[in-house]
Amino acid sequence: MSQKANFLKAIRQSERHGYWFVLPYVIFFLLFVAYPLVFSFILIFHRWNIVTPMEWIGLKNFQRLFSDPQFFKAMGNTFVFLFIHIPLQIVVALSFAVLLNSKIKLRGFFRAVYFLPVVVSGVVVTILWQNLYSYDYGVLNSILHSVGFSKVPWLIDPGFAMPSIAIMATWKNVGIYIVLFLVGLQNIPKEIYESANLDGANRYNQFVKITLPMLNPTMVLIVALSTIGGFSLFIEPYVLTGGGPMQSTMSGMLYIYNQAFYFGHMGYAATLGFVFALAILLVVLLQRKVIEAEPT
Amino acid sequence: MIRSFSKFSFLIIGALIFAYPFLWMLAGSVKPELEINELGLWSSNISLHSYEQVLTKIPIARAFLNSMIVSLSTTVSVVLFGSMVGYALAKLRFFGSKLLYVLILFTMMIPFQITLIPQYILMVKLGLTDTYASLIAPTMMSAFSIVVFRQFFMSLPQALIDAARIDGCSEPGILFRLIWPLSRPVIVTVAILTFMASWNDVLWPLMVVRERTLMTMPQLVTIFVIGGEAESQLGMQLAAATLLALPVVIAYAFFQRYFIEGMAYTGIKG
Repeated sequence: MSQKANFLKAIRQSERHGYWFVLPYVIFFLLFVAYPLVFSFILIFHRWNIVTPMEWIGLKNFQRLFSDPQFFKAMGNTFVFLFIHIPLQIVVALSFAVLLNSKIKLRGFFRAVYFLPVVVSGVVVTILWQNLYSYDYGVLNSILHSVGFSKVPWLIDPGFAMPSIAIMATWKNVGIYIVLFLVGLQNIPKEIYESANLDGANRYNQFVKITLPMLNPTMVLIVALSTIGGFSLFIEPYVLTGGGPMQSTMSGMLYIYNQAFYFGHMGYAATLGFVFALAILLVVLLQRKVIEAEPT
Repeated sequence: MIRSFSKFSFLIIGALIFAYPFLWMLAGSVKPELEINELGLWSSNISLHSYEQVLTKIPIARAFLNSMIVSLSTTVSVVLFGSMVGYALAKLRFFGSKLLYVLILFTMMIPFQITLIPQYILMVKLGLTDTYASLIAPTMMSAFSIVVFRQFFMSLPQALIDAARIDGCSEPGILFRLIWPLSRPVIVTVAILTFMASWNDVLWPLMVVRERTLMTMPQLVTIFVIGGEAESQLGMQLAAATLLALPVVIAYAFFQRYFIEGMAYTGIKG
């Protein structure tokens, strides 16, 4: 009896070591999460270029933001990106996932190839597509030209540039979403399809009435992840277009970066970061509500 | 029969769309400049000229070393501290552990846009810009890795750990000698995803490093491509891009399953 009590005591004492295990993270959290969060709240009320002392300006950063056409341009560009990127990604990813979700030869090989752009640096992908999209020499225009179409001004026309980046981003990321849809498809119980077969439902009806509703949680996830990705768009326009032509590819992140590092407007850059972060949370919440409310 | 044939051709076309640009890059990096823009991948004049030029024009070997140092340190740190905190949250009882877990979940929800500029200012205040420390510090630990480790450790039987305690094993001993060997798949997954994210990150290095000899590889290649140094020589750009892609692609070739399943798991958890 007393031996058992001793054991329990030893265990309890051992469990107190928890503090030592979490201490490094607590320090990390205070420095790199809590402090930046608090400091961003201070920064948004100040004008500051890091060199001279901070200057309290109240809500002027927000006044400036709401009368800054470049901010609205960057926000609008992000939505242009999302409107093309999200549907394109879902259609492409779901098609490949449905095809791969059957007993087909080389299944693992295909999945591995589709996933390849996901693991490679965005810089590499952007360098590749810069050449694919080149107006005069690019592979895409050569192909279009050889089958009798006229060349497309992929990156040089303000109307085409952001959609071009959205297509490129889809090519880079769709591998993740194929895999996510595959997981979702494999989680649908086979019995549902069997009973639908008995009821005489055709393949199309099964897809619309069973597969799509059952994939709803995957949809919510994919839309949220692509939205966060769209708001974080940086290296693609930075390398490909520098935000041009005519600001048409100026993304939120690129605008924040420019404000902070070209103009030294730390307070304003922090304000932009704050507003874009709020926008992300709002949009993701809204999307979730809409998709989950979809009649099934 | 016809149905599965058309399915198969669709998948093949897909594979071509995803693989061709990489093959074109590889071919272009060894082709003479004039032949690069051809659609075909073959050339009779293959040479390593573009690679030689890249190596002499920019300190890319040094950048490779920098990236290796940064990515490996980040990876070791994330695995070490992630598993420590994950273990404490899963198997140790201490005051405040619930609160800490809630804070960690909260951390995962914060868009990085909000903390990015203040983190940069912190680096400036600490005098760390243009050092390896500034590249490593903000990613030394990750909420995601803690959650993944905690989840896995929760599934380990408590009796196993209590038995080790009764045998007089210390808590660090339990984690590193008993649990780590049992957790190899989780460790490999976290390590691979962390290494990949660190290797491919370019925004943060662009912010905190200006010194050319300290630049990471994606950063140096980015500056090289947009800064006009490549003098619109496509061969050099493609050679630089190939060198940048190579380490992750090699790792992917060996650990493909961990990459794919790890990313899927992260997506589902996050």
